[in-house]
Amino acid sequence: MRTAAALFRHEVRLALRSGGEMAQGLTFFLLALSLFPLGVGPGPQVLERIGVGLIWVLALFAVTLTLERLYTADAQDGTLDLLATADISLELVAVAKAAAHWLTSGAILILFSPLVCLLLGLPAETYWAVPTVLLLGTPTLTLIGSIGAALLVNSRRGGLLLALIVLPLQIPVLIFGVSAIEGWVSGLGAAPQLMILGAMLLGALALAPIATAAALRLALE
Amino acid sequence: MLLVEGLACRRAGRTVFKDLSFTVEAGGALMLRGPNGSGKSSLLRVLAGLVPKAAGRIERGSRADTEALHYVGHADALKPALTVEENLAFVADILGGGAVEIGLRTFELVRLADTPARHLSSGQRRRLTLARLAAVPRHLWLLDEPAVGLDTRNRDRLEALIADHRTMGGAVIAATHGDIAIDGAPTLELGG
Repeated sequence: MRTAAALFRHEVRLALRSGGEMAQGLTFFLLALSLFPLGVGPGPQVLERIGVGLIWVLALFAVTLTLERLYTADAQDGTLDLLATADISLELVAVAKAAAHWLTSGAILILFSPLVCLLLGLPAETYWAVPTVLLLGTPTLTLIGSIGAALLVNSRRGGLLLALIVLPLQIPVLIFGVSAIEGWVSGLGAAPQLMILGAMLLGALALAPIATAAALRLALE
Repeated sequence: MLLVEGLACRRAGRTVFKDLSFTVEAGGALMLRGPNGSGKSSLLRVLAGLVPKAAGRIERGSRADTEALHYVGHADALKPALTVEENLAFVADILGGGAVEIGLRTFELVRLADTPARHLSSGQRRRLTLARLAAVPRHLWLLDEPAVGLDTRNRDRLEALIADHRTMGGAVIAATHGDIAIDGAPTLELGG
């Protein structure tokens, strides 16, 4: 556990030190979102209708695209060999790395999401609803995506392939994420959707590290 | 402390080596020799547990502290954005704790401690990678051409480090092309 904590701190420090990569996901998220009103027209009805879905789709892309590099650098520079001979199971490695990646990608999107709601002119309820639901959904996206990242460790230009592999698995999070926010804002209640999102998070937390570690073992050969 | 019997390794459908048998006692050493592609690196990776073996038996000492091993491959596992000290401290943390200071001193890296690893020369990178051997005590050392890029001075240091490790009861298996000498170590010829 101490080793996992050390790995987590190391990963966060690396992300902060090479800030460019960390800013990539956020920049993509904010740029794409600020372009949409220009593309579809600034009418409040249109933006209110598509805003929530837009935030979720772009969050999904931002998280998945930055995941591509999660394991490639470690595999190339030998860190993966080091981790495999260290006092830590590869399953814990997967959890620690996914947690660090989430903190430096998903968590930052969440911090900025109320601002984005304001930008798109969404109703005031979303300032709470969107970050809360993203908080429950984005860790699942990261965990599922890390399986794909581990599978594609040795392939060059895996970005598009990664999206193809993991997007189908991430779609349920998208569907229930959007529906939770819509339920919340319309006053119908979001409890069932939030519970399903929570269940998916717990399921991913239990299963994704096992799958990721299996993929990493293949990569070591 | 290490017993290998009838070991075989297959990679990508090709048999890299088979029927390998040898033992390495505590305080012992083994040199791996052979042309490029003869399976020296594969053997070290199998012994490190990174690649599954196709057949055979590998037995290690039964005590828990003899399970731990150092594997130093061609890749140096350094992060360019971190300083020399941070890189070594991370390796020590992940391998269960060690003395970073000793590692830095062994390969004369103290002066470079605050330099980011991206500014290091390839010889300095190599020294930093090898510093983990001195920083973190582990029983079995698996070294894949450890002296590549080292100058004579540091090659001597590495040889001295290996000798010290063996007098303390550790074991070393090293693949080399003859650039370092290990006293009294038998040679295992691979391939050919």
